[in-house]
Amino acid sequence: MLRKTFETFVQALGRPLVSFIINLGYFTQFVAKSVYNCFIPPFYLKLFGKQFLDIGFYSLPVVGLTTLFAGMVIAIQTYSGISEYGAEGVVASVVLISVTRELAPVLSALMVAGRIGAAMAAEIGTMRVTEQIDALITLSANPFRYLIAPRIWAAIIVMPLLVLFGDVIGIFGGYLVGVYKLDFNPANYINNTADNLQAIDIIMGVVKAAVFGFVVAVMGCYHGYRSKGGAQGVGEATTNSVVTSSILILIFNYLITELFFAR
Amino acid sequence: MSDNKIEIRNLYKAFGKKKVLDGVDLDVKNGESLVVIGGSGTGKSVLIKCIQGLLTPDAGSIKIDDEEVIGTSKNIHEKMGMLFQGAALFDSLSVWENVAFVLLENNRMPRKDARLEAIRVLRQVGLAPEVADLSPAELSGGMQKRVGLARAIMNKPEIIFFDEPTTGLDPIMADVINDLIIESAKGLGATTLTITHDMASARKIADRIAMLYKGKIIWVGSVKDMDKSDNPYLKQFISGSSQGPIQMEV
Ligand SMILES: Nc1ncnc2c1ncn2[C@@H]1O[C@H](COP(=O)(O)OP(=O)(O)O)[C@@H](O)[C@H]1O
Ligand SMILES: [Mg+2]
Repeated sequence: MLRKTFETFVQALGRPLVSFIINLGYFTQFVAKSVYNCFIPPFYLKLFGKQFLDIGFYSLPVVGLTTLFAGMVIAIQTYSGISEYGAEGVVASVVLISVTRELAPVLSALMVAGRIGAAMAAEIGTMRVTEQIDALITLSANPFRYLIAPRIWAAIIVMPLLVLFGDVIGIFGGYLVGVYKLDFNPANYINNTADNLQAIDIIMGVVKAAVFGFVVAVMGCYHGYRSKGGAQGVGEATTNSVVTSSILILIFNYLITELFFAR
Repeated sequence: MSDNKIEIRNLYKAFGKKKVLDGVDLDVKNGESLVVIGGSGTGKSVLIKCIQGLLTPDAGSIKIDDEEVIGTSKNIHEKMGMLFQGAALFDSLSVWENVAFVLLENNRMPRKDARLEAIRVLRQVGLAPEVADLSPAELSGGMQKRVGLARAIMNKPEIIFFDEPTTGLDPIMADVINDLIIESAKGLGATTLTITHDMASARKIADRIAMLYKGKIIWVGSVKDMDKSDNPYLKQFISGSSQGPIQMEV
């Protein structure tokens, strides 16, 4: 009886662990294969272009809105947290730093994970369960080159551009609050922003963006590629891609930040 | 050179604990139409996916034109075409782009020429040129099968696989598809391997029939032999009776 209970206990503990390790193995193999195939021709430029538009252009509204409000709220929070003396300079520089280093890259990436990562998982997942991926192979096309490489390239290249756009909008949000709500002098605010502008902050944001783009595309493709069991499986793949890429974005955000300051 | 186009020996494939193929031996002769019959979930699709390298078998050998294909680095797909059960048309592409996929992506043919080629093959499978620019989602099930067939034969394959070509079609449309399968295989001089549980279709297109049961090929022979056979499993399957040695796992 006791032995039986113990066995069940070990099994309950062991099975998820084994399946986790197996999945980690699959995942590592998938990432290696994806990256390798990103550099092997043929390159499907048309598919890359389509993804580029999907990820970049059509994400502009969500990225613009989120970074705008993020910049605005940072301005208010900073102002309320410090004495009025010298507030003008502090608000401008805190908005600048937090938007370029953290808010624009992280918020844009989370938005893109929800919009694009989910769409990639759903699209590739549907192709998997309706045997379209098998069909690609029987037509001598490599799904890693045809489906995955264009998505990864597009995400890596377009995310930094989106973040640069988010930088501008976020700083503009801070400016709006500073000038119209806190009655700062517009010229001073702009000068303070320009004085504090540092290349390294922009670079950090852009590096983060490229890494996040890779994370979103890989997670979306991975969950789609491995989905099974019809519409329900595709739904699960979609959810999993958003959850895992969001978590990975936050983890990588920390790691990259630390890397930059460890110089 | 033997006269076998495909030679399968001792093929094993399991998913986890579930043994799907449990020692399959099967020959497909050059130019013949072989039909594999068997109940749903017996591993018919798994069998043809192993032959095409879409799944990797656990053990065994598959030879095509006397050459081992398991684990080969050669592109074996150039001489094969496949009509999938649900047609598996790419829904991001138009009908003609589906049919001309190989021409566009592998042969780098100019789009104009590829489109004309696609329309020619669409005509062969009984579809009007107007269909060419539609999206696959706009087609009926029977039309999707035709487009899938057109895509499969575009590259003039030596071997064509049909995965339940008539499932989900009404009897008349099913027969139309049967005729198309026979016609296009003859036209190309291709060897075909069809899997189905539709006995009417099997009788119509088969030169020989093989029955898959519990992971093994338990019977092979011509349609005539099939009707004379007293193999109880085969008899039960072709009569479609719930009484007999085959127990359905529900
Ligand atoms: N990729 C897979 N992963 C796990 N199980 C699978 C997979 N493909 C097929 N199976 C299982 O193998 C068995 C045979 O499937 P299949 O070959 O599709 O049957 P059918 O004879 O109807 O074509 C089924 O029980 C199915 O659940
Ligand atoms: Mg099947």
